[in-house]
Amino acid sequence: MTDALLQIEGLTKRFGGIVASENVTLDLRMGEVHAIIGPNGAGKTTLIGQLMGELTPDAGRIVFDGQDITALPTYERSLMGLARSFQITSLFLDFTALDNVALAVQANAGHSFRFWRDARTESVLREPARAALARVGLGHRADVLAANLSHGEHRLLEFAMALANKPRVLLLDEPMAGLGPEESARMVAMLRELKRELPILLIEHDMEAVFALADRITVLVYGRVIASGALEMIRANEEVRQAYLGEQEAVHG
Amino acid sequence: MSDRLTARNVFVAALLALLVLLPAYTHATGNTFIMTLFTRIVILAIAAVSLNLIMGFGGMVSFGHAAYLGIGGYVVGILAKEGINAGLVQWPLALLLSGLFALGVGALSLRTRGVYFIMITLAFAQVVYYVANGLDRYGGDDGLTIQARSQFGGLIDLSNRTLFYYLCLALLLATVYLVWRMVNSRFGLVIQGARSNDRRMRAIGFPTFRYKLVCFVIAGVLCGLSGVLLANHTNFISPALMHWTRSGDLIVMAVLGGMGTVFGPVIGAIALLVLEETLPHLIGLGSYLVTGKEVAAAKEYWQLILGPMLLLVVLFARGGIDGILARLRRD
Repeated sequence: MTDALLQIEGLTKRFGGIVASENVTLDLRMGEVHAIIGPNGAGKTTLIGQLMGELTPDAGRIVFDGQDITALPTYERSLMGLARSFQITSLFLDFTALDNVALAVQANAGHSFRFWRDARTESVLREPARAALARVGLGHRADVLAANLSHGEHRLLEFAMALANKPRVLLLDEPMAGLGPEESARMVAMLRELKRELPILLIEHDMEAVFALADRITVLVYGRVIASGALEMIRANEEVRQAYLGEQEAVHG
Repeated sequence: MSDRLTARNVFVAALLALLVLLPAYTHATGNTFIMTLFTRIVILAIAAVSLNLIMGFGGMVSFGHAAYLGIGGYVVGILAKEGINAGLVQWPLALLLSGLFALGVGALSLRTRGVYFIMITLAFAQVVYYVANGLDRYGGDDGLTIQARSQFGGLIDLSNRTLFYYLCLALLLATVYLVWRMVNSRFGLVIQGARSNDRRMRAIGFPTFRYKLVCFVIAGVLCGLSGVLLANHTNFISPALMHWTRSGDLIVMAVLGGMGTVFGPVIGAIALLVLEETLPHLIGLGSYLVTGKEVAAAKEYWQLILGPMLLLVVLFARGGIDGILARLRRD
């Protein structure tokens, strides 16, 4: 466990009578994709919210790179290298694609109390942003307003922003949501390549993608971890089958 | 956006030429009324541009922006009453107090959003309004006449109308330029990013609150400058300077002219104040044409015409007059 970059210990979060996270303990190690699966309402997005500091847990702690970050505000966690993508696309729609990514670059380029120089001409911001766009295959759409991009392109742009954010860990909240089969395949290929550079905590409903990418899987049901382990173990786990996988098969079958 | 000869650029250039040449017209015709009107327009345009910085670019709809007009004006008036006429004391102090007030209001109000933000900014402005009402030594609700305009040694004589007009115009253009530089800088992109999606800004590593607060303070200081000029222009201060309807006027200027650009509120200030002056006359003329004699009472209902005009702009011309001009060429 010493090579865990991100550790979550006993995280608990309640909303009134509803328990969104119940004593969740898991970790993310270097070089791995750790997938979190579970039915709707299992508390997956709530978990990411707590990791990013948008929600305050009622109990438990979060340790990133040896430092307890449970009480840090969102922006400080981001600057430390926690980058997230949003389940529901969260972009600057009235900015161009390049402006969106350039803002993510700017966040990591020192303070922004710079009032005079035209930021859109600063190559230290624009070049890395262009590179991130090119990496996700949106290079040719750089000057298009984000509002005018397709849904698939929005997902890619989300991803480019996370990449431009100098991440050390990626927290991806359903990156495949709403993607066509072709776009999904491309996203999986991209994540597989990326996994060599940094560990990824992946929340995903697309089981094909999960089994293609994940090294370990944690199954959440009603905020509780019901199983956690390597792929084969999860596949074989009866409780998981009943709670989740079976349900899926039934739907698809 | 482009540097071409677009309808909008031509219009803005014509407007600037008109503003610059206005004193010549006044000198030639002896029409000082129009110079007084335009001095007022130029001064309030500074306030509208400053409001647009936080409202149009920052998404912070302040409904208490007139408070800074009051603070700027009252610092000049109170100091003048106490025998301190030096502009180099009055002006910096006015800007400093405007900034400090903005810091306090912003620190509290920026923790809220939407309607709550609007209400809190309004509430603070009302507090200042009623404080000014209670200042018996400085005229209370009757206001206070300022005996002498701010003194700048022999540097510039503010009681010279033409000079004063040009000073106001220069300060307006400087404000527009400053805001333009600012909104395109790193700081400006953070402000606009926070308007667009504050949550995402924090998720990518920006402590948005402090940027918005600094922006709020800058806007307060710029509007304080407008108040300083206004007091010098009218030689009079009263709580009416910061009545809440004045805050509304400033919002109308920004919306009417166009919030998307730096220059829009200048157009809006000119449009609103010129309409305010001319609509009663037009109604008088209309009533004369219809009834054969001017119905003086009808003139009071000029807002009946202004209201629907505003409605039309809001409903059909998002981006205001400036937006309409920008579209002329594209279609």
